[in-house]
Amino acid sequence: MTPPKRQRRRPKEKPAPPPPQTGKQKNPERLFVVAGPDGGERDGDLDLVTLIVARADPPPSPTPEQSALLRLCTAPLSVAELSAYLNLPFSMMTVLLTDMLTAGLVTARNPIVRQTVADRSILEAVMHGLQRL
Amino acid sequence: MDFKGSDTVPGPRTEDQLPHTAEAAVKIVIVGGFGVGKTTMVGSVSEIRPLTTEETMTQAGIGVDDNFGSDTKTATTVAMDFGRISITEQLVLYLFGTPGQERFWFLWNGLFDGALGAVVLIDTRRLEVSFDVMGRLEERGVPFVVAVNTFPDAPRYPVDELRTALDLPEEIPIIECDVRRRASSRDVLMTLLQFLHALAMAKAPA
Repeated sequence: MTPPKRQRRRPKEKPAPPPPQTGKQKNPERLFVVAGPDGGERDGDLDLVTLIVARADPPPSPTPEQSALLRLCTAPLSVAELSAYLNLPFSMMTVLLTDMLTAGLVTARNPIVRQTVADRSILEAVMHGLQRL
Repeated sequence: MDFKGSDTVPGPRTEDQLPHTAEAAVKIVIVGGFGVGKTTMVGSVSEIRPLTTEETMTQAGIGVDDNFGSDTKTATTVAMDFGRISITEQLVLYLFGTPGQERFWFLWNGLFDGALGAVVLIDTRRLEVSFDVMGRLEERGVPFVVAVNTFPDAPRYPVDELRTALDLPEEIPIIECDVRRRASSRDVLMTLLQFLHALAMAKAPA
């Protein structure tokens, strides 16, 4: 039997590029972008794989969601994992976390994003990691 | 374990916690039709039991999700399974399995942004399910490889025939796999990484 046939597509005209990122991300040589030294300056641009870490000093009066979240991310945990453990949709997590980032309760470690092509050194690191699997 | 009150939520087991040195994460998306083996693949290579994150379909689903003439607006929840592989003490890889059907494309925005690449998992019994998915990836410029999950009762086609049917250029790898096996799933990921590496080399030769 002849299998059904597909027709390949081409990349679409890109929509307006996103607003330029600040400082750190422009440097292509940087392996890991560790963002947000202090709360309040984050743009709230959270990815599913942004790692969230609770700050050392707990807030005076956290909400129940905040205390649950702070307990979870004493060690780094991705937004996706937080969403799974807290049973909250990703969109809701970003709202909750943006507030907490602004209040300085947590810090965010930004994901490495693929530019037009991925950074070769990151790809090599991932390959080595997979080989050990 | 002590009872800590009703607001206690389950968290990662101690062995599932990331080291404090974890600095950054990358992601790979596994996309395919319903029942093609995405979750199985995530589970076979993940170091943690696969987790599920849910998203509610709201305005984003309008015009995409046909309610079959019903005026009642219902919130639809879509689950996405994911797993994790620690690459180094600093770097973590996340794998997301996402449904390929058009009505789930609203999930794609945050998902493919910044993803290293994608694995399109296909079942030769339902090849056409993956057509739109590949088209969308091509339009978005997301690099992908094609993995054929070899179900016992599925027809086997020579790779050349599949490549023609899928209208894929020569450079895009097509590999057979058994996603239940960790080594096989790992090989698929490795194929993707090698493909991405080749793209990176072509773009900026050493």
